[in-house]
Amino acid sequence: MSTETSEPIIPSFDDDDDTDRKLAIICSKGNLDMAYPGLIMGNAALGEGVETHLFFTFWGFDMIIKSRMNDLQFSPAGNAAMHLPNSDRHMPQALAPAMTGMATKMLKKQIADLGVPEVPEFLDLITAAGGHLWACKLSADMFHVDLPDLRDDVEGIITAADFIEMTKGAQLLFV
Amino acid sequence: MPVTTLNGRSVHVNEEGFLTEYDEWDEDLAKVLAANIGIDLTEAHWKVIRFLREDFKAQGETPTTRRVQQVAGIPIKEQFVLFPKKPGRKMSYIAGVPKPHGCV
Repeated sequence: MSTETSEPIIPSFDDDDDTDRKLAIICSKGNLDMAYPGLIMGNAALGEGVETHLFFTFWGFDMIIKSRMNDLQFSPAGNAAMHLPNSDRHMPQALAPAMTGMATKMLKKQIADLGVPEVPEFLDLITAAGGHLWACKLSADMFHVDLPDLRDDVEGIITAADFIEMTKGAQLLFV
Repeated sequence: MPVTTLNGRSVHVNEEGFLTEYDEWDEDLAKVLAANIGIDLTEAHWKVIRFLREDFKAQGETPTTRRVQQVAGIPIKEQFVLFPKKPGRKMSYIAGVPKPHGCV
């Protein structure tokens, strides 16, 4: 007769705690490469049951403007971190200005090869997973853009103060 | 590698409690696993679980919620209803496959 009973090891999915956890992500960039960090982190948070709000401001607006969201670009100009493919050698900055088209294409391909969706589809996944999208009022005024110009799932154009209020107690991620 | 007792038999699990041997799973065990985390399995749940098993076998890795939507046609919204809060993890646990590692 065994003298030990083993308690079954059951994963804790933290259903009871973590219900208050919130994440706020500020997306302020419009270059294709910088659109992704906020989306990836946001999606990961949603998959872990964290209430997640994305706030689009400045160039980040391009990610949610219907007429621009399919045309995000990437340029190595001023981006000294860009390397030649599969190499430790840097892309020569002198060539960078002429390379926006090619660099964008290359980056899109690298991202697609990893099975990662383009930005508009990625935002579809985020809202399907319960994420909230908000647009910054100041940026909307600056770019003369209104709700009809934005993705249908953007919940509203709000001020920074509104956003701060809404995300009380949230962890903040600025991209 | 820890061994735990589930449904009256010994099963290999990792430190978190996820099954590590694909073939040690069966549908009866799935019911126990689901009950462990407070989920009642309906036909909709089974559809997801069976897809996870097949896809893991074919691809060698657990599909992400996006792949479940794209390939099995089960919308992400529904996945969140069936497996609340942490769908990827919960469905993998019940299906006896590792947690998904994809970022999307």
